[in-house]
Amino acid sequence: MSLSETILDEIRSVAANQNKTLAPLTDDLSLNDSGLDSLCFAILVARLEDITNRDPLGSAEGARFPRTIGEFVALYEGALA
Amino acid sequence: MPETPNLACLVREKRGCDRVIATRDHVLPLDEFEVASSLSAHLASLRERSVVLIVRDMAKAAAALIDLDGWARRIVLCPPEWELARLESAARDAEADALVFDGDVSAPPIPVELAASCRLPLEKLETPRAACCETEWILPTSGTSGPPKLVIHTLRSLMGAIADAPLQHWATFYDIRRYGGLQIFLRAVSGQGSLSLGGDGESVGSLLSRFGAARITHISGTPSHWRKVLMSREGGRIDPDYLRLSGEIADNAVLGALQALYPRARIEHAYASTEAGVVFAVDDGRAGFPASWLDGDSAVQMRVAEGSLRVRSDRCALRFLGANAPPIADKDGFVDTGDIVDRRGDRLYFVGRRSGIINVGGVKVHPEEVEAALNAHAAVRVSRVFARKSSITGALVFADVVLRDGRMPDAASERQILAACRTRLPPHMVPAGLRFVSDLPVTDGGKLARHG
Repeated sequence: MSLSETILDEIRSVAANQNKTLAPLTDDLSLNDSGLDSLCFAILVARLEDITNRDPLGSAEGARFPRTIGEFVALYEGALA
Repeated sequence: MPETPNLACLVREKRGCDRVIATRDHVLPLDEFEVASSLSAHLASLRERSVVLIVRDMAKAAAALIDLDGWARRIVLCPPEWELARLESAARDAEADALVFDGDVSAPPIPVELAASCRLPLEKLETPRAACCETEWILPTSGTSGPPKLVIHTLRSLMGAIADAPLQHWATFYDIRRYGGLQIFLRAVSGQGSLSLGGDGESVGSLLSRFGAARITHISGTPSHWRKVLMSREGGRIDPDYLRLSGEIADNAVLGALQALYPRARIEHAYASTEAGVVFAVDDGRAGFPASWLDGDSAVQMRVAEGSLRVRSDRCALRFLGANAPPIADKDGFVDTGDIVDRRGDRLYFVGRRSGIINVGGVKVHPEEVEAALNAHAAVRVSRVFARKSSITGALVFADVVLRDGRMPDAASERQILAACRTRLPPHMVPAGLRFVSDLPVTDGGKLARHG
């Protein structure tokens, strides 16, 4: 499974566990409109840290905070590149 | 003469009952204190001194307490695991001028005038016993993280909750140098029966076998101690009339499992702290306590302020030890226990320590409340919640889980347990993930070890 598929899978799983209705996951979907709240994001980031050993949102590299699903995935792709 | 009896005098009152205090290595016959002592040659020179008690064996600690109460000005009760630096700082705070140590090892290098060895069996007293003062008992608080503070009690404050009782043979999983264990030691010494103690790393299986052989009738420990009993094969070795839990929150899961294992026993969960003393005991088999107890004007008064339970009674410690110590009570004499309570209907429930709160995106989570929900699941024996740093919400709730009966987790375990949690807890309190472990560490005080 590609990294992007893994991330989308985890997003769906977190949303299902938290009883959230997800908007269709497209690259340009705004994170704020995705249906995930900040607790969902926190859980998602923790799970992705377990899988990838990276927390690009927690690193103090001055990385721009992602605004869309596409940017979110790209952030992980960049961190693992 | 002091108004209150001292320990040696309480022991003498009950002589002729063949009472003993037993550990794995020693049997201490209480009638012998009439004519013998564990500090025989040194006893005279310990008069009115401030004494640090540093012994490994609990039978020796028991003997030294009986010898020193009413005779020494202060006794500092040091748990056996304390390292030298902590012993030194306690000795300094207590202005100690003497120490009592195990006769079979060398004295710890603490600068005091007098080092007296404690020996068993008891040796003949050179002069008859007398009392000269009301001794201050210095006890460490039992915080599960951070350095303990020292508080001052007297025999009177320590025995405030202890009434005359019929014949009871006691046992405890606690160390008697901690408040919970000391209560049992004092119940036994002032009562008509014997006392069985553990210590020195003895396994729960060995303890239960010895307690069973001693035909103990009354037994106490923390919920963590009792979960170890529930997880051992030797639980059936004892058949107690009375079983007491204290020192941690007793949830319905542990209360129910113990009642199933010991259907004959009366089970109480007691609430006490080193600072506030014994507050109450609940025996209706349910977690929490009746809210109406807040209004009673009994010997112990309680109120809730800023979420935490405050207690005023003559069982509270007198004060913290040390020159710059904060006051132990507010201006009305109430001690803040730091234990947060939550009212649900006509009952109050302990939800955790103020200091243990996990902040999930600004929402405060008490680990103990999450643990209670996890422990209520049929597959879970015990759990421990911890915080994991989160770049999104500051922290997230995670938990270590021990399954019942040595069960191995499978792919569905985490999903099923968390699904059950979601029906009981708001989303921010549900663990974001579980780690399955075979055992959870318990502190020397018998409480679930938490991350500092």
